[in-house]
Amino acid sequence: MARPGQPVPPPAVPVPPGHLTHPPAVRRADLYPPTAPIPAIPAPVPPAGSAPPDARTAAAPWRPAPAGGNTAGSAGVIDDATARAARAAEPGRSAVPAAEPVIIAAPADPAAEPADPGPPAAIGPERTPPPGLGHVTPDGLPKLARRRDGSILGGVAGGIADHLHVPVLWVRATFALLAMMAGAGVVAYALLWIFVPQQAPSGGHAGADHVAATSPLERRQALGIAAVGVALLIVATALGFGQLLGWVLGPLGLAAIGGAFIWREADDARRARWRRTAAGIVGPSKASLWRLIGGCTLVIGGLSVFAVGQLDFMAVRSALIAVLLTLVGVAIITIPWWLRLVRDLGDERRGRVQERERAEIAAHLHDSVLQTLALIQRQAGDSREVQRLARSQERQLRTWLYGPAGYASAGDKPAPPSSTLAASLGEVAGEVEDTYAISVTPVIVGDVPMNQHLAALVAAAREAMVNAAKHAGVQEVSVYAEVEDGTASVFVRDRGSGFDPSDVGADRRGLVDSIRGRMERHGGSATVRSHPGEGTEVELTVSVTSAADGARWTAEQARQAAQDGESVSPDRTVQAHAEMKGASS
Amino acid sequence: MSHPVKVFLVDDHALFRAGVKAELAGLDDDRIEVAGEAGSVGEAVVRISSNPPDVVLLDVHMPDGGGRAVLEQVHRSLPEVVFLALSVSDAAEDVIAVIRAGARGYVTKTISGRELADAVVRVAGGDAVFSPRLAGFVLDAFSDRNGPAVLADPELDMLSPREREVLKLLARGYAYKEIASQLFISIKTVETHVSSVLRKTQKSNRYELSRWATDRRLV
Repeated sequence: MARPGQPVPPPAVPVPPGHLTHPPAVRRADLYPPTAPIPAIPAPVPPAGSAPPDARTAAAPWRPAPAGGNTAGSAGVIDDATARAARAAEPGRSAVPAAEPVIIAAPADPAAEPADPGPPAAIGPERTPPPGLGHVTPDGLPKLARRRDGSILGGVAGGIADHLHVPVLWVRATFALLAMMAGAGVVAYALLWIFVPQQAPSGGHAGADHVAATSPLERRQALGIAAVGVALLIVATALGFGQLLGWVLGPLGLAAIGGAFIWREADDARRARWRRTAAGIVGPSKASLWRLIGGCTLVIGGLSVFAVGQLDFMAVRSALIAVLLTLVGVAIITIPWWLRLVRDLGDERRGRVQERERAEIAAHLHDSVLQTLALIQRQAGDSREVQRLARSQERQLRTWLYGPAGYASAGDKPAPPSSTLAASLGEVAGEVEDTYAISVTPVIVGDVPMNQHLAALVAAAREAMVNAAKHAGVQEVSVYAEVEDGTASVFVRDRGSGFDPSDVGADRRGLVDSIRGRMERHGGSATVRSHPGEGTEVELTVSVTSAADGARWTAEQARQAAQDGESVSPDRTVQAHAEMKGASS
Repeated sequence: MSHPVKVFLVDDHALFRAGVKAELAGLDDDRIEVAGEAGSVGEAVVRISSNPPDVVLLDVHMPDGGGRAVLEQVHRSLPEVVFLALSVSDAAEDVIAVIRAGARGYVTKTISGRELADAVVRVAGGDAVFSPRLAGFVLDAFSDRNGPAVLADPELDMLSPREREVLKLLARGYAYKEIASQLFISIKTVETHVSSVLRKTQKSNRYELSRWATDRRLV
């Protein structure tokens, strides 16, 4: 905190004996003048290091308490009177009104940087959190917590005063006034006492040195106010006034409780924003003015109706009207809050959905595209490899964007790989693309679930693609597949060198066995059209309906068949059928 | 053709426009010349309207509505300007959407410069250009796979057997000339069939087509 070379409040500060047991607290007490954490002071306090020595001595609370000296004004008691005296004693203070009860936009507490020797003017009007209070809302207000020190009863009033930057006296007076209204103040105080947590003991701005430091004056004042409050409560009850107000306070209390719940559910940033909106309610805009007037009129109207009802002895009905009008008034006044709340909810939900989508896309891009780009950079010299990587990545990305094979299936649910003809063909085409560094562009019309015959078709098509890749000497092979009228057809076409089919030697097992033989074993056919110099087209057809009685093939079986298509013998097919039937029955 | 075909490029990627320009220029093809380019929908609409080219090469995916927005704003007032969609998109929705908005053809960006030049000249001459993929989409849309479709207008909602054959050959990667010799018809007839298919694709109210045209996924 205290940077070297900068003036630090006197190291030889006399330390009260009580401090010795709490060295950290002592240190804080040294660095932060006791006035600093008083939130009731909305105006800047000159930093300790920059204040002229005489001013420092003049500012009484500045001075560490002398051992045993507990007199008001010098003991650093958190006390409005003291604070005000301190402010009055400081130079340049006159520009700021002594008591500013309005919850203004949290001016800076310069004490947060006590070692900073900057000029007081440079300490802007923004308030950094008072040190020691620790928990602070985003707009600089300390969180609501009961005062540990300087408390008379439960520390509630002090805590609220800290929280709202108002003199504690005002808070107490408010409680007393509320007590008049059917005891609302008493109830509120009790509830706050129960539910508001106490300040953390360690690191408290004043630490242990103020536990016993409540000035007798303040204590007397506070107890006096409490007594007045109780008296008011009794008087009001005796006069029946409390009951009258109770009609209004009931709905108001309900609204307040509802608001408190919302407030509790909101996060800090949102609370800060609401506070700003709250300023807008009473702001200069005409609409808000009218809204305020309208709301107030309704509230007053509610009260008046009630009063009239008293005269007419129609208490119940008029009370209902009063309650209703009051509620409407409250609702009108708080419209901006509600609107904001609804909008916040929508925004948050939308934001969450967007965030999830973004995360998903980012994860995918990272796993695929970025990795591939890194690989491509590393292999920039090998154009074939780069091409292969780029193609493979493009295919993956298309599959991800537009569906399994990137074709007519778009819009439907993506099929699991190898479970349909389109997906299987797309997969096979991708493999050939990867292996032989050529471009295979499949166009597929229609789709059916895979079965063993279609697996043979896919395997044969793969062989045809491989042949084209190996022998045609082209960079592109087109694949067209269609399922129509119970027949699945695949056309594999290249515009390469071509050959004369009659010249193919018996040793070209690829064409004879892998393609034609396989198709014939599955009741299909293979036709090869080729002319030297005009490219080759292999047409493969197999009946889909003949396999309709067979159960669906699993992806594993399909892949296996595609790999060793030769081994898919009729025997095995029968066996597979038997197995599936057994499993299904 | 007396004068070269004036080509206008619309693509939001400057790099891609430069690539296409260089490729078309490198062909030394005196049938076409690049007359201008635009990088956004608004720019394209203004420039095409002020100095109408013969053919617009239109990117499907762009901010502010993409190629479809350009088509919708320009096509009605300048029906003589021909649009050819040029995209990396593989989604039927995108492709069918621009076709139905008035594009005369669709080719993917992986097309070679020579093929692109041919396609441009062909659409400028009034033909339709179907890439194998587009042919596949159209075949899919007109198939009766999910039971017979409700035919409001049989003339529009069905493909003739000949058109179907032509489309299938297109999908298999055949050139017009090859299709003609395969089916023993003239190239002119092939072109007529393709144009007819294009018209049906644009005008038909078949469920698949209108669904694709409206359900544009935003990826």
